[in-house]
Amino acid sequence: MPHLSEDVISRARALVALYPKPRSALIPICHLAQEQDGWLRPEAIEEIADIVGVTPAEVLGTASFYDLLHTEPVGKYVISLCTNVACMLSGAYELLEHSEKTLKIRAGGTTSDGMFTLEEAECIADCNNAPCIQVNGRYFGKLSKSDFDKLVEDLRNGNLDDVVPPHGTLCRIRRAVGLEAVNGTAARPAQRSRRGRKK
Amino acid sequence: MTVTEAPKIVTSRIEFDDSNTIERFLATGGYDGLRKALSMTPEEVASEVNAASLLGRGGAGFPAGRKWSMLRKADTTYLVVNGDESEPATFKDHLLLERDPHQLIEGVVIAAYAIQAAQVFIFIRGEMALGIERVTQALNEAYEYGAVGHNILGSSFSVDVVVHPGAGAYICGEETALLESLEGKRGFPRIKPPYFPAAVGLYGEPTVVNNVETMSNLPWIIKNGGAAFAALGVGSSTGTRLFALSGRVNNPGVFELEMAKTTFRDLIFDKSLGNGIKDGKALKAFIPGGVSAPWFGPDQVDMHLDQDEVGKAGSMLGSGSVIVMDETTCVLRTAWRITRFFWRESCGQCTPCREGGGWLEKVLWRLENGEGREEEIDMLMDVCDNLAPGVSWPPQQTTICVLGSSIPSSIASAIRMFRDELLIHVKEGRCPFD
Ligand SMILES: Cc1cc2nc3c(=O)[nH]c(=O)nc-3n(C[C@H](O)[C@H](O)[C@H](O)COP(=O)(O)O)c2cc1C
Ligand code: SF4
Ligand code: FES
Repeated sequence: MPHLSEDVISRARALVALYPKPRSALIPICHLAQEQDGWLRPEAIEEIADIVGVTPAEVLGTASFYDLLHTEPVGKYVISLCTNVACMLSGAYELLEHSEKTLKIRAGGTTSDGMFTLEEAECIADCNNAPCIQVNGRYFGKLSKSDFDKLVEDLRNGNLDDVVPPHGTLCRIRRAVGLEAVNGTAARPAQRSRRGRKK
Repeated sequence: MTVTEAPKIVTSRIEFDDSNTIERFLATGGYDGLRKALSMTPEEVASEVNAASLLGRGGAGFPAGRKWSMLRKADTTYLVVNGDESEPATFKDHLLLERDPHQLIEGVVIAAYAIQAAQVFIFIRGEMALGIERVTQALNEAYEYGAVGHNILGSSFSVDVVVHPGAGAYICGEETALLESLEGKRGFPRIKPPYFPAAVGLYGEPTVVNNVETMSNLPWIIKNGGAAFAALGVGSSTGTRLFALSGRVNNPGVFELEMAKTTFRDLIFDKSLGNGIKDGKALKAFIPGGVSAPWFGPDQVDMHLDQDEVGKAGSMLGSGSVIVMDETTCVLRTAWRITRFFWRESCGQCTPCREGGGWLEKVLWRLENGEGREEEIDMLMDVCDNLAPGVSWPPQQTTICVLGSSIPSSIASAIRMFRDELLIHVKEGRCPFD
């Protein structure tokens, strides 16, 4: 019985088919595994290695380079609080201190109920809304301390389930068009030669 | 008149709530540029882009047309779009990805046609979940409409476009690290030479890497002609450009401005733009082009947003992000935070960057907390000199990529412009702004 679900495996194979070389699909497939499990489990790493044709060590070695790929469990909601320069100039460190108090954890930690992981983040490219955070990759900006507390309550109570999927879900839109074509044989334009160019 | 009447080239749709939909896109001239491009030869499309003298908007400001012409002749050529946008205080591509994804796709297919690319990869920063969803959705619609895929808009040209999500690493914005990441590896910048992916790129094949904003300009250029684009701006700074303004201003945001016509004063103080410093405080310093750039003081605020002018004054427009510090800002803390960023994001391949960055961060933190000594200020400069000999601009490089040689910019700026303020930290044994 594979660890990854049938759906994830078939989406993973479709991803492999999109690229000239299978290994290019490694990171996108890691995202899919995180969508299923919330983090990158060792069982998932083994199966990803199989799918893209490398060793599990190569998958782990690659994944461990990237901040968004977690090789340890994280909370259902990963709160990434930006403290980089624009946010710092708008009180991000004060907000970070406050959020540590609210969640009763230090940055880098996870609440004991497994709901929240708090991270100090680098610039998340939303500086006009400083100080700002992401929860599982979704933006919340211009946050006062009380906004933060309200957000945590809303997340805890499931009021934001439509806006913020559980950790690991990156893209809720599936590639619909072109996929079958690319999966097939003749349809793929990848090896077009320059000789075929329009005159 | 401080802000010119130049047309909005890349932000013409963002006033609409539904600017990301194909309906709005088609109702506002969407895919007309692509249609026109396909009626021309690839060479003609490239020569319009040359005539526009469109400079890359990713940071280095290299002319796009020239980059395309450097492609090594080969059977397979790739186009890779850099949507990694992670330079602190840079948030313009974020806007384009979320608010006008079809414009990006149109630009991308135009470029793919011009260079006859076999396949296109749009690399989007993994943190930008909504951007990834919007571009994926737009791509689905574009395929259905016939603007991507086989026999595009009835022509004989076919190309496939893939949205590739990143996974969180600033260094993947560096184009060779991006290619490594796209090959499914750690984001280690490649050793140069070869200097240009145009010679050796993705899977070793010739590859063009262009920024999201660079690509988003192409539909307008093809529709209106390269000459119309080149008529905007001054000298080599042509067209318009997105400037991301942040920090201690009343109205931070992304503004599309004609190149080289507007000054930093306009950007920071004009009512329609930055609308002045928060709480009416005085301007202390600003960073003209992302945290890799040396800082400017209030006496330089009348300089134009012009790549050449800013370059001559010893800094760069870089990624187009302007960060404002006011009299309440501790420059030492700012330099520390920027250094901490580079240290955290160093990929670790080069000793000066990996070790130097860490030591600089530690010493700056000590100084900021009043635990430093006066001679450490000179020691900071000495370490900077190891990272970028001479600590001048543009920096000398001792490392594989320019992340390492960018670290000294903010430190040297803080020391050279505000040495007295650093000394107060030492003398009083605390940060005077705490
Ligand atoms: C450390 C580093 C980070 C970079 N980050 C980005 C980025 O996030 N986005 C981008 O377009 N270019 C970035 N660049 C510049 C790219 O290497 C490359 O020059 C650019 O994508 C080329 O596109 P353009 O010619 O259209 O500007 C970065 C460069 C370095 C050295
Ligand atoms: S300069 Fe820094 S980021 Fe660039 S390759 Fe060297 S260690 Fe990596
Ligand atoms: S500095 Fe916080 S989002 Fe850019």
